[in-house]
Amino acid sequence: MRWLRRNLVVIAGVLTLAFLILPNIVVLIFSFNRPKGRFNYAWQEFSTDAWKDPCGVADLCGSLSLSLQIAIWSTIGATVLGTMIAFALARYRFRARGAVSSLIFLPMAMPEVVMAASLLTLFLNMGAQLGFWTILIAHIMFCLSFVVTAVKARVLSMDPRLEEAAKDLYASPLQTFLRVTLPIAAPGIAAGALLAFALSFDDFIITNFNAGSTVTFPMYVWGSAQRGTPVQINVIGTAMFAVAVICVLAGMLIGNRRRKQAL
Amino acid sequence: MTDQSINDTVPGGAVRLSGISKTYGSYQAVQPLELTVPQGSFFALLGASGCGKTTTLRMIAGLEEPTTGTVHLGDQDVTGLPPYKRPVNTVFQSYALFPHLDIQENVAFGLRRRGIKSVKKQVGEMLELVQLTEHAQKKPHQLSGGQQQRVAVARALINHPKVLLLDEPLGALDLKLRRQMQLELKRIQTEVGITFVHVTHDQEEAMTMADQVAVMNAGAVEQLGAPTELYENPGTTFVANFLGTSNLIEAEITGSSGDDLVLKAGDGKLALPTTRCRAATATGGKLLLGIRPEKITLTHADDAGTVPDGRNRITGRITATSFIGVSTQYVIDSPVADGLEVYAQNIERDTRLAPGAEVVLHWNPAHGFGLDAAQDIDAGLTDGSDGADEGAA
Repeated sequence: MRWLRRNLVVIAGVLTLAFLILPNIVVLIFSFNRPKGRFNYAWQEFSTDAWKDPCGVADLCGSLSLSLQIAIWSTIGATVLGTMIAFALARYRFRARGAVSSLIFLPMAMPEVVMAASLLTLFLNMGAQLGFWTILIAHIMFCLSFVVTAVKARVLSMDPRLEEAAKDLYASPLQTFLRVTLPIAAPGIAAGALLAFALSFDDFIITNFNAGSTVTFPMYVWGSAQRGTPVQINVIGTAMFAVAVICVLAGMLIGNRRRKQAL
Repeated sequence: MTDQSINDTVPGGAVRLSGISKTYGSYQAVQPLELTVPQGSFFALLGASGCGKTTTLRMIAGLEEPTTGTVHLGDQDVTGLPPYKRPVNTVFQSYALFPHLDIQENVAFGLRRRGIKSVKKQVGEMLELVQLTEHAQKKPHQLSGGQQQRVAVARALINHPKVLLLDEPLGALDLKLRRQMQLELKRIQTEVGITFVHVTHDQEEAMTMADQVAVMNAGAVEQLGAPTELYENPGTTFVANFLGTSNLIEAEITGSSGDDLVLKAGDGKLALPTTRCRAATATGGKLLLGIRPEKITLTHADDAGTVPDGRNRITGRITATSFIGVSTQYVIDSPVADGLEVYAQNIERDTRLAPGAEVVLHWNPAHGFGLDAAQDIDAGLTDGSDGADEGAA
């Protein structure tokens, strides 16, 4: 009883972690399945077939590559625009600043289906050809607010004296921005960019409305789930998860080493 | 831009402010003021929070644009130059060290911006000067307050500025460290011979470090002079009260004898050398007679006969005493004025000098100073050393 009381926090933590990770484990396990029939929902036997041939299913890798391209471009677009907006909102006083500041939050607050439908209406009325570009525009639009929020928080917490100190130490406005402002704002910008990438990569609703005949990876998974789920989907999912985990671990390692070096 | 172009065009490190003022909307932060800081001197701008001293400093640095007036460094007019083109460097109150750079890159920052490639030797020497060599690879947040402060000084000094501006650089340090850094800064200034302009609200700090002190109040300079001059001969009640403590006694001029004015305060007759009076000296006029607490000697009323002739004397009763080691502070109510303060060295303590005792206060007339009675007698009394931050605006 006493043991339980003392370790309650640890137990709760472990259970929560398990709750978070369990789905990923299932995805991992089923990527080694050899399903009977078209659906990969029941465990049959161990196999590495899908890992040996991840592009073995028609159109899967095409949609994956399209999704990655869109994610990369919308991350770049949203990060550049969002960083500029964040600096403008945090640093300058201008007319309608308050209005802009709240309007930026709108895409975060609005139901995604509603936004998707209105975007489609807009594109159709403008006579735009649905496809890569409409998806990209839509993604940049909804990623923007997340980038702005992340960067703005960082910029607001920055000591304005740092930039004054840089100017005082012979740095021109451009040098001040590149050498001081940007590096200090970098964690905020990086957080915004990561968020944008993740959001763009797995967005389904808005993409589905505005994609026309183009098929992104989430749309592919959704589509195939109607007819049968190839094991390759689990392979891609597991690989994505592994890449993310490796990135986080690498970041932690570098951080630790730097801290040790400094001491 | 190279090292040469910045430094060679300015022959002197003297700072000259002419008619400089700063207005924010309807608030006048700095009244038009004339100020010359001699080359190579340690100059202090002293005043309470919000008196305009930091704004003045920022106008010299170029971080604030003056509403009127000009700033000259040597004989170069730098009023229109942006901060990065002025041969001055600032040590900020919060130090403003770059958190993403290590100590040696912080120190090298100014050199690198001016396109100097080989900074290693200079940075090493500078870190040695401020005794931080072993911390070169650390990030600012890993250093203590005193160490960060020294980095800030090193980062500014490495550029050999014509003028070094210090914006309350010791405000965040504890008392002991502050005393130590005061001596350290003074040593560095003597060593490098650069003009230092130091902003502070700590009168003791200004007096220990500076050759010249400008006391500022409500956006204007109240008095400018050497610390001893300001202390011994304050020109206004603000300076008298803000710099140390003063007893101010309201008195009436009843005549003169020789070089002295004869004053009447209560029933007593007091003398004041005419040369030490800043008020009108016409007979019948009023003035404030000032005397510093340590200049007054206390004698118990029973021994009143032992007080030498020729000294100003008033009677009173001790209402409070406090023992502070080297000295004892007495508060005395007198018919002339209430709450007079007297500091006596603890050399031979007279045990009869306890609260309730009747005493005679006496001092050399030449230690008094006369001020215009039309001023607020309590000006400058609010404690300026409470460490309140002075914002830029």
